[in-house]
Amino acid sequence: MKITLEKRAMASNFMTYASPIIAIGLTVVIGGIIFLLAGYNPLNALYYYFVDPVMSLWSIEEVVVKATPLVLIGAGLAICFSANIWNIGAEGQLTMGALAGAFIPVMFTDWQSPIGLVLMLLMGVGGGAAWAAIAAFLKNRFNVNEILTSLMLVYVAQYILDWFVRGPWRDPKGFNFPKSVDFEGWQLLPTYGDGRMHIGAIIAVIVVVILAIMMSRSMKGFEIKAIGNSRRAGAFAGFSYKSMTWFCFLLSGALAGLAGIIEVAGPAGHLQPTISPGYGFTAIIVAFLGRLNPIGVLMAGVLLAISYLGGDGAQMELGVSAKTAQVFQGMLLFLILACDTLIRYKIKFSVSQKSTEGALV
Amino acid sequence: MVSLKKIAAIFAVSMLSTTAMAADKLKVGFVYVGPVGDHGWSYQHDQGRQAVEAAHGDLVETFFVEKVAEGPDAERVIERMARKGAGVIFTTSFGYMDSTLKVAKKFPKIKFEHATGYKQSDNVASYSARFYEGRYIIGQIAAKESKSGVAGYIGSFPIPEVVRGINAFMLGAQSVNPDFKLKVVWVNSWFDPGKEADAAKVLIGQGVDVITQHTDSTAPLQIAEQNGAKGFGQASDMASFAPKAQMTAIVDDWAPYYVARVKAVLDGTWKSGNTWDGIKPGMVSMTDYVNMADDTKVMAKATEAAISSGAKHVFSGPIYNQAGELMVKEGATLDDGALAGMDWYVKGVEQ
Repeated sequence: MKITLEKRAMASNFMTYASPIIAIGLTVVIGGIIFLLAGYNPLNALYYYFVDPVMSLWSIEEVVVKATPLVLIGAGLAICFSANIWNIGAEGQLTMGALAGAFIPVMFTDWQSPIGLVLMLLMGVGGGAAWAAIAAFLKNRFNVNEILTSLMLVYVAQYILDWFVRGPWRDPKGFNFPKSVDFEGWQLLPTYGDGRMHIGAIIAVIVVVILAIMMSRSMKGFEIKAIGNSRRAGAFAGFSYKSMTWFCFLLSGALAGLAGIIEVAGPAGHLQPTISPGYGFTAIIVAFLGRLNPIGVLMAGVLLAISYLGGDGAQMELGVSAKTAQVFQGMLLFLILACDTLIRYKIKFSVSQKSTEGALV
Repeated sequence: MVSLKKIAAIFAVSMLSTTAMAADKLKVGFVYVGPVGDHGWSYQHDQGRQAVEAAHGDLVETFFVEKVAEGPDAERVIERMARKGAGVIFTTSFGYMDSTLKVAKKFPKIKFEHATGYKQSDNVASYSARFYEGRYIIGQIAAKESKSGVAGYIGSFPIPEVVRGINAFMLGAQSVNPDFKLKVVWVNSWFDPGKEADAAKVLIGQGVDVITQHTDSTAPLQIAEQNGAKGFGQASDMASFAPKAQMTAIVDDWAPYYVARVKAVLDGTWKSGNTWDGIKPGMVSMTDYVNMADDTKVMAKATEAAISSGAKHVFSGPIYNQAGELMVKEGATLDDGALAGMDWYVKGVEQ
């Protein structure tokens, strides 16, 4: 017997929006079963994963800190993916943004000025965009697959950062530990509240609003969707795929770079060999979970941030392994892609060997 | 929304009942840089945590978070423990130093214990083990057992603690064979079995027949086992992973220190300080000497006894640096301050 996927005549509009909710629900149910099998009270475990992180003010502030880079990067990627352009290397663009922005506090350690901080952020934006431009150039000029180049450039960026913090930018008073000098005063983002919440979160919200307006109200948003739906149809409408590639890579790279410098000038406070626990990759989940919609990305970023903090809490309170949080994230992405696929396609069991027209598999 | 609130309320009530029961216990938190299953550094710290539970029973409640990245995540996890009401928190990696101090400043009543750092405050104590004493012994063994006269050393980060280990190893090796060579490879991680294994393969490919590592996994030793080379366990006894390759292991035994420090908190006698214990008090111990010639065993045991009795100081002069300058005069020994900030290699280290 053969199993094939057949395209549905029309995907249900309602189901398209329900898909992430179904995926989250399934993740919770399957997660609960896993906890049960592992000998934990599943309600207790799920409480620590998804409810406990928002039960105190400090914890909510930490969720915001954790969500900020995810939302910034995820919003850019959502635009990219909407246009069917695949920037998988946000992690590398984040790294280069952090490196470029850190140039100011590392080189001018004594310069204290709000202008310096603004410059840092702008250089972070530029660093990320410049790194993304490499993949865009290779795609447009030589038709090189952008998934490969953008991903491979992640490792290059991480080695460049590693070289800087171990070499020329190493803190002379850091006992050889690979880190830069600690940033101080106006080299750090202003914080508010009693914790580490910084203005990066406001920047992220502003970015989300701008992108949401762009997608729903502007010609550019229409162009992105048109090209995303059909490159050929986009071309007939006079939209250039090449300039769209430039636009998407520069935009998502710039936002990833901004996330990088915000992370470094925010909670980290210095450069070190690893500045992100994979925000650039987790943001891919965030973009899809958010339906490639900037407002959706904002909610998805917060949810993923909660699951990170929930992972800490579950370890502390229940003694579950650190890996469980990653299992949750992986399960979430898997299920949302599965839901999306089943909404657009139906499974068909056929006995004959002849494949049906329009079959995917 | 009403039903959601109800569910939250039920959760909250069930949580309250569990926390009320544990209210009188001293809460003890541990932050680990690797997974507890690394069978090395973090594993040994977790053994210490279990010893605290065994020794103090109902008086304490311990918990831990593993695989915590050095940086912003560490600060969040430590603060979370403080907010949970921990009485004492052990942060067990060098890179947690600044995060520990930051959180400690906010919570002056909570005691913090930071492993292998050099900064203290009123409520932050430092502790570390004199691993370098063990390094000297395995350096001697390596020089005596190696046929190629070249050993490989897989390092994590070139911080003083690691540099000191390399120097101690080399001084031990040179005491047996003055022309002994040492190749150092950095993997830039405390725990990365893949990179550690690759480094071990490269070193063996370059003619190294004895490998040692200052990283936390069992991978280098397992590669040595597969390739007929010899090696040493690091932080923990790794004989079950490499029964033919492990000649001995330098074991960190944190249990007595953890039990004593938690007792001090319970008794109200805890004071900040800087503890640095070695083979003699038992914070560092060597496992059985196996897979080596009998005279090597005799030598290793004699050295261990001499270090334990205080007759032998690992960093006693004359010691020259790579440039050939005299760093420690004949008859002198390096003091703890110089050891803590060590940033130079002894003559003969290829790095």
